[in-house]
Amino acid sequence: MSISIQNLTHIYMEGTPFESVAIKDVNLEIQDGEFIGLIGHTGSGKSTLIQHLNGLLRPTSGTIFIDGTDIFKKDMNMQTLRQQVGLVFQYPEYQLFEETVYKDIAFGPKNLHLSEDEIDRRIRESMELVGLDFAEVKDRSPFELSGGQRRRVAIAGVLAMKPKVLILDEPAAGLDPRGKNEILSQIKLLHEEYNLTIILVSHSMEDIAKLVDRIVVMNKGSVALTGKPSEVFAQSKLLEEIGLDIPHIAKLMHGLKERGMDVPEDIYTIEEAKKVILQLKKGEYNA
Amino acid sequence: MLKDITIGQYYPGRSPVHLLDPRVKIAITFLFIFIVFFIKSYIGYAILFAYLLFTIIISTIPPKLILKSLRPLLFVIILTFVINMFFTVGEDVIVRFWKLTITREGLNQAIFMALRLIFLVMGTSILTLTTSPIELTDGLEYILSPLKVFNFPAHELAMMMTIALRFIPTLMEETDKIMKAQMARGADFETGNLIQRAKSLVPLLVPLFISAFRRADELAMAMEARCYRGGENRTRLKVLKTETRDYIAIALTCVMIFFIMLDRYMF
Repeated sequence: MSISIQNLTHIYMEGTPFESVAIKDVNLEIQDGEFIGLIGHTGSGKSTLIQHLNGLLRPTSGTIFIDGTDIFKKDMNMQTLRQQVGLVFQYPEYQLFEETVYKDIAFGPKNLHLSEDEIDRRIRESMELVGLDFAEVKDRSPFELSGGQRRRVAIAGVLAMKPKVLILDEPAAGLDPRGKNEILSQIKLLHEEYNLTIILVSHSMEDIAKLVDRIVVMNKGSVALTGKPSEVFAQSKLLEEIGLDIPHIAKLMHGLKERGMDVPEDIYTIEEAKKVILQLKKGEYNA
Repeated sequence: MLKDITIGQYYPGRSPVHLLDPRVKIAITFLFIFIVFFIKSYIGYAILFAYLLFTIIISTIPPKLILKSLRPLLFVIILTFVINMFFTVGEDVIVRFWKLTITREGLNQAIFMALRLIFLVMGTSILTLTTSPIELTDGLEYILSPLKVFNFPAHELAMMMTIALRFIPTLMEETDKIMKAQMARGADFETGNLIQRAKSLVPLLVPLFISAFRRADELAMAMEARCYRGGENRTRLKVLKTETRDYIAIALTCVMIFFIMLDRYMF
């Protein structure tokens, strides 16, 4: 589904002494099937922005079109919207409440009034998608699982709604490096196999550089930069001003290029960098 | 949504009224409440009104806000007024229709009662509007501390109030977040009959209670780790000080009380 955000502004507690502008005049186009990385500091407005996409917040002004439909029009069916645009909040494991994992994942599909068979099918499918073993975990209490597993249960709970757009707010926050990699690569898989439109919110370039098609950088409530990862990282000066860091490897590649070496710019992993540098070395010896 | 609710009704500012020592403010408010019930003439109320008006003007609080605090009590005020107007026994009849009579005494009584309620709400509102909840509990702790002689846990009470107040915004935010998370999974908190609505609160309340207990546990641990063991010999970060402006406020209040006494006993 394509998303078109137009002149979106949101002001919290308007008209009181505590008034604060969270986002102002944001314009953004997201194509069907795109994988977007939304990056910004704490308080840059990224969480406020994503809560508009499934109608949890109403904008102070401006609007959003999803597949050409204005989602803030009067007779909009919010239930349908929230089924189509799945939102996984930060630390989603704190929203779990049922006695068993099975029942908790069933909460979303049940709200959609699906048949028992369909619900069962969706639970199995979404548990597999997040890498949870159905037979082993389904009857356990979500509260006795590990942090990483609980987070998977929570994500499965949103996936069971079969959204066409999936928004994840810092899905890897607070996980150890292994849990982080697992979650992120599963999200990548979702994008590739199901062609979901994905918006991944993060404050770390390092995590998302190798995953996303396009990066949107937010600063103080506005979109500061947008483009392919390599294009965004090329603006390292601006990013530094905002207070964001580009991935170490990208920084290294920039440095090499500045010193006159012919290296490609879209390299974000140590493995790739090693290959390129070794090749370069070989070239030098041969010449 | 929930984020738009303010805790208490504190209106931040740096006016002389805001800066008064909370102990002095609480004491003056008590005196004020006492005086409101003491007055028996319109001149008395005029003096009190002048005093209130002066306080409101120097406090820089929009008068709209103070009037807004009267709204929840509007019904009670009107009811008191009507009941007193019709059911006070008196001689000097002004109007008589059907079975109801309005007497001069009744009308006076009704106006007095209504004015009393209005002044009470306005006076106490100025206290809560100009004093942050934390300052209020601090002031209360001092005022209640003489009761420690009778084993009254003044410090513990104040600490509990402070912690409770500190966690109200946190829990509100948490409620907001969990509510939104469940709404994102298609939960509906707004429609349905009473039973359906009560049921729909389960997905909200269970995670909320779990997180409240977790937070309480973490806080207790953090406090113990920093050697908290109650009020004994504990010093304060913000020591309450009585300054010139506090004495001026007390003096002004005394002048107001003096004139009201004069009006009541001399004329």
